[in-house]
Amino acid sequence: MTMAIAADGLVRSFGTVRAVDGVSFEVGEGEVFGLLGPNGAGKTTLIRLLAGVLTPDAGSARVLGLDPTVDGSAVRSRCGVLTETPAVYERLTARQNLAFAADVFGVPVPDVGPRVGELLARFSLQDRAEEPVGGFSKGMKQRLALARALIHDPELLFLDEPTAGLDPVASRQVHDLVGTLRDEGRTVVLCTHHLVEAEALCDRVGVLSKGRLIALGTVRELSDRLLAASPVALTLLDPVTDAVAAAVGVVPGVTVTEREERRLLLAAADDGAAADAIQAAVRAGGRVVSAGRREHTLEEVYFALQGVPA
Amino acid sequence: MNWRTVRAIATKDLLEVRKNRIAIWSILGLSFFLSIGMPVLIGLLPLASGASGGDLGPFEALTHLLPPGLQGLPLGSRMVVLMLGYFLAPLFLIIPLMVAAIVGAESFVGEKERHTLEGLLYTPATDLELYAGKVLAGAVPAVIAAFLNFAIYSVVVNLITAPIVGAIWFPTVSALALAVWVGPAVALLGVSASVLVSTRVETFLEANQLTGLLSLVIVALMVGQGSGLLLLSLPVLLFVGLVFYGVDVVLIRLGAAIFSRDRLMARA
Repeated sequence: MTMAIAADGLVRSFGTVRAVDGVSFEVGEGEVFGLLGPNGAGKTTLIRLLAGVLTPDAGSARVLGLDPTVDGSAVRSRCGVLTETPAVYERLTARQNLAFAADVFGVPVPDVGPRVGELLARFSLQDRAEEPVGGFSKGMKQRLALARALIHDPELLFLDEPTAGLDPVASRQVHDLVGTLRDEGRTVVLCTHHLVEAEALCDRVGVLSKGRLIALGTVRELSDRLLAASPVALTLLDPVTDAVAAAVGVVPGVTVTEREERRLLLAAADDGAAADAIQAAVRAGGRVVSAGRREHTLEEVYFALQGVPA
Repeated sequence: MNWRTVRAIATKDLLEVRKNRIAIWSILGLSFFLSIGMPVLIGLLPLASGASGGDLGPFEALTHLLPPGLQGLPLGSRMVVLMLGYFLAPLFLIIPLMVAAIVGAESFVGEKERHTLEGLLYTPATDLELYAGKVLAGAVPAVIAAFLNFAIYSVVVNLITAPIVGAIWFPTVSALALAVWVGPAVALLGVSASVLVSTRVETFLEANQLTGLLSLVIVALMVGQGSGLLLLSLPVLLFVGLVFYGVDVVLIRLGAAIFSRDRLMARA
């Protein structure tokens, strides 16, 4: 796979604080990569380093095959960045905002008008195109900022907390957009602390804590590495009887971890033990409706990484 | 240097300034006072004083700057001509200085204040293009405002003094040098000072107040002229302009060195 981003030991300090501390990772072309971590973990600083806006104290990076420290302008001309706050010009109209971005990003002059019109329509802003942005809702400003990030048809997008402060409908639109960007083959780096969002959208995630990358991989990989095997949930049609619970509990390699009215959660050593437990429940008179492993959520993985009980 | 980028940044900044009421009213108020209000008030002086004889006191030293044809004017008329044509002329430099300082403060600090700077720093514009765009945004309207106000001031001065002098005599060569040669230098001074101040302050008003202190330079020129210590004849004005341009070059280079993405982002 061709790499869109390859960071090697990036370090950046502000005064005595190491905002990014020896971060190395790679993101493949066309991948949606999540950068997770609490506020102040170093996510935004990392984006700034990769976009060539900040210079690393140590380490290096290649972004779209270029060194952002040396070729910052070229890197930025091929990247779109959605900042944490929309950072749109509130005294200008939506159209003026996009036209300015088109000029600065070098969109060919004859294409500026059509491109601006196309993005205004795509983000449902055409009816308010001539109004000053100061009167827009937060969701509209965020949509305008997204349109601006796409004005030059970038290959790589950095989205820093794209759904922060948005209502569910606007958040859904952003999620759909990320899906569309992935379908178009663009690489997306998504900074978020919304774990459900990251789980739904990202192919892989990296977890930052105090400037360090403490985990990297798919949610499944991290779960397998960090947590015990996922529990097996056994759901019955009728309330769980003592006989069923006892029959399941004596199967070798199986422990009943939780008993609810119609459900048992089991810790099974392997899939064979899980199958034996299901058979035992049926033999004991339990009418099994469903059985299967419940995968760990990213939230559980994340809290395990941070050393906090989920 | 990509001039399309530079022009886009300057145009965007000017569009934003146009929507800043404090900036626009400050510029309009200052322009009206210096170009129309002040000369009209001074034109009324002879009527108020009723002066017809004696000497001009501290302004007597300026008399020899008057063209020979005007030296025989009555005292009151001579005073008006001296005040409008010579003594107050340096005050006129406050217009390019303040317009540049106001637009510069709005352009540099305003971006920080409104949290739009980060978005701008993520564009492909180089540090030099960003800086040039901002300097242009401050300097161009300052020079245009200076020339426009000078034209208005010239019309007003002639309207007031033509009946006394019997001719259209303003602008004098030195007033023209002041507007055309020294004015743009002062505009650049205002912009370059704004850049430096903007690295230290967080709000438009703070920046505006600090750069406003530069008007003391203009007041010093005026006092020099009025006291006879520094008579602004043509050679003196050419020299003063050169000094300002020299200071501009130093300040602009200093500003360009300070204007780095890394530094701005680290402080954002």
